[in-house]
Amino acid sequence: MDIIASLGLGFSVALDPINIFYCFIGVLLGTLVGVLPGIGPTATIAMLLPITFSLSPTAALIMLAGIYYGAQYGGSTTAILINLPGESSSAVTAIDGYQMARKGRAGAALATAALGSFFAGTVATLLLAFFAPPLARAALNFGAPEYFALIVLGLLVSIALAHGSLLKALGMIVLGLLLGMVGQDIYTGQPRFTFGVRELYSGLNFVSVAVGVFGVAEILRNLESEKGRDVMVKTVTGLWLSKADFRRIIAPVIRGTALGSLLGVLPGGGHILSSFASYSTEKRISKHPEEFGHGAIEGVAGPESANNAAAQTSFIPLLTLGIPAHPVMALMVGAFILQGITPGPNVINDQPALFWGIIASMWIGNVLLVLLNLPLIGLWVKMLSIPYRALFPAIVLFACIGCFSINQNVYDIYAIGFFGIVGYVLIRFGCEPAPLLLGFVLGPLLEEHLRRAMIISRGDPMIFLERPISATLLGLAVLAVVIAALPKFRKKRNEVFVEED
Amino acid sequence: MAINASTKDLVSGGLFVAAGSYFALEALNYDTGTPFRMGPGFMPLLLGGVLVLLGLAVAATGIGKPDKEEQLAPSWRAIVLILGAVAFFGATIRGLGFVPVVLITAFASAMASRLNAPLFSALLAVGLTVLCTLIFKIGLGIGVPLVGPWLGQ
Repeated sequence: MDIIASLGLGFSVALDPINIFYCFIGVLLGTLVGVLPGIGPTATIAMLLPITFSLSPTAALIMLAGIYYGAQYGGSTTAILINLPGESSSAVTAIDGYQMARKGRAGAALATAALGSFFAGTVATLLLAFFAPPLARAALNFGAPEYFALIVLGLLVSIALAHGSLLKALGMIVLGLLLGMVGQDIYTGQPRFTFGVRELYSGLNFVSVAVGVFGVAEILRNLESEKGRDVMVKTVTGLWLSKADFRRIIAPVIRGTALGSLLGVLPGGGHILSSFASYSTEKRISKHPEEFGHGAIEGVAGPESANNAAAQTSFIPLLTLGIPAHPVMALMVGAFILQGITPGPNVINDQPALFWGIIASMWIGNVLLVLLNLPLIGLWVKMLSIPYRALFPAIVLFACIGCFSINQNVYDIYAIGFFGIVGYVLIRFGCEPAPLLLGFVLGPLLEEHLRRAMIISRGDPMIFLERPISATLLGLAVLAVVIAALPKFRKKRNEVFVEED
Repeated sequence: MAINASTKDLVSGGLFVAAGSYFALEALNYDTGTPFRMGPGFMPLLLGGVLVLLGLAVAATGIGKPDKEEQLAPSWRAIVLILGAVAFFGATIRGLGFVPVVLITAFASAMASRLNAPLFSALLAVGLTVLCTLIFKIGLGIGVPLVGPWLGQ
């Protein structure tokens, strides 16, 4: 079968010692930032993007991908041991995981999270291998109108699934799109919104925007209230599950994997939404719903599987369509472009070794993560004793040095500060930064495809409705917004996210 | 609060209106073109207008719904020190060179935390400078001299 040969190629690439090494570095860093509250994978990947410039494309992307799914593993450790989500998607894990830890079952909770994540990661990697090629083939027939419709769909679905105010999220997307237009116009070369600064002609550096709104703004937010954190569990014992535990987690893990795989493909906070959705599903169908919130092992198994599965399948839109599903994937787009590769349906044919190598490396990365997380748990517990006040100066430094090393452009550094304060103000007034970054990355693409489509149709906007694929995609986009705006759905959506507050 | 409205919604709506108007007004200076051949001003004008409308809508939804929770006060010390550190880094990295700039940037940002004593910040800054020099200068060979031209090198 074709797919076996392809996966064989992928594994031959991923098992190359250099690539294993970078995969290891990636998952190690990912676990680290996942474990440490206050640093997320988005800021980390943004900071490390410049460093990967000197690596081969395959090694760079394998490492960056490893950081992302590694953070999903690491986040659960913090959630279980200190009741703080190390990463936003493990917020629900904290509910029952922490209760298990308080009852002396931290080991079982950690083992559940790791095994569930491993199972989910394996299944989702296979799904990625099966579904990516046909999708990429379909996408090869896409013209400008289809791409325009696809981007609109991606942007609108991402806000329908996120939580918080719909209008504000829309505003943040539009603001992001506008910021993406800073720089020279693609067709006429006319500089736009540059204040006459020549360094801005090539546009705002998106690494600056990302570390500004996700790194610096977060730091300013965290420094509003400073408190130490207590690691309640100093040593973890009993890192294995009893037979009874195994029986209890099988079904939640499978359901979580299915839910996560599905939601991960959708644009927006796939991995966050899926862990919340999995938790409420498990709670609803459980025979003992009263146990939830008091250390139900299902409440750890389901969401942890779901967020890891979603982390894996969220690569599908990126690898096949070149459209990022959420900010981390937007950064991956940046990583591709930095390496001189345009992400999209052509990658699978032009760079099969890269494409399949990344997929195969995800499975290897999952194996490494289990090895890293279970036996070395003591090390991660120690990491938790590093105070935040010693960490954030390192983030500021890495952000500045990293950004500067890309283009040696000091305006990229000023942009970090600018977007740090803008992001901070917007977050304070209730606007989530994720849609802004998505809009920023997709803005130039959106404009290019719109203008090209209008030239094809000689100025007739009906082209988007006359072509079946673009009409369907736009229809779905409208539907997503309408459903999201319905009071009934909004109530449901708030219910899913309610555990966070 | 004297006004019966959500400050969060009013302010974020206001910010959207301000940003949208800037982009739309500035876009008027560029060629708008026709829908057939859109000029550089077409999209920003359109999106700027949309953002203004969204901003008004956001502000309108906040009327009559004051914020429930109290916001924490912003840490002005952190804002000034961290933004200052970043701006300092940009302004002097070419002139002072890698080591002095990293050292000062690290120290200034460490001082942004109320919990960090000057001595701790200084030690942290030295440690981070060694680390960053190893990673970026020796490991990755970043093209910035260790000590820059302003210091007579």
